[in-house]
Amino acid sequence: MEVPILKQGEVLIATFQAALSDADLEHLRRGLVQQVVKLRSRGVIVDVTAMDVMDSFASRTLREIAHMIRLRGAETVIVGIQPEVAFAMVQLGLTLEDVATALDLEEGLAYLTQKFKNPD
Amino acid sequence: MRAGEIRVAINSDQDIVTARQRGRALATELGFSTGDATLIATAISELARNIVSYARKGEISLKMVHGSSRQGVLIIASDSGPGIRDIRQAMRDGFSTSGSLGLGLPGVRRLMDEFEITSEPGQGTIVTVKKWKQ
Repeated sequence: MEVPILKQGEVLIATFQAALSDADLEHLRRGLVQQVVKLRSRGVIVDVTAMDVMDSFASRTLREIAHMIRLRGAETVIVGIQPEVAFAMVQLGLTLEDVATALDLEEGLAYLTQKFKNPD
Repeated sequence: MRAGEIRVAINSDQDIVTARQRGRALATELGFSTGDATLIATAISELARNIVSYARKGEISLKMVHGSSRQGVLIIASDSGPGIRDIRQAMRDGFSTSGSLGLGLPGVRRLMDEFEITSEPGQGTIVTVKKWKQ
């Protein structure tokens, strides 16, 4: 399954679809990290608005994506986790640990823009 | 309303997606809220993933159940895999033998209303869970 990855200046935007298998998620992780390297991106937004289930594998993959991209010197922000998905994740005991999250695409972009200006 | 049982063979990661989609569709059809349908779909995803990780193949069965005054959904995850030697240990948060997150079973118990597990080393594992409609 191909996930659309858009380039917006220094930021890459990846939009995840609803029914991703484990293999799709792994494929995505690889593709996204490769694109970050190739395009010398400074930030990545992963939009999960369409994902209706975030189980242990999907959460782990998102964390791994963020950690790999951080090692490249870029920032990742996950946007659009639905309220019921967030509720299920907490019940299941899943966290995204130190991965940044934002409400939607707009807030995600604002977060990254701020980060580029004031890296901590 | 659909009667009977939906059975999904679990042999690969793609079947995990199929099982949770069927589960969500059934929960929605039975009138569960979107929130509860998400909990049910997430629980099915974890149960199916346990089958793929530990037993390689098995089955998820889904059906409607009637309580004294309410309806619910019954999910049975069964496999003929290696089984679980120590169920109490497997039910503790953070325990895993496959290098996964080890949240599977205790997490699923928190997502659902009723939870039962039987396992025989060398014979397989059956996890039975129910969620009642609010």
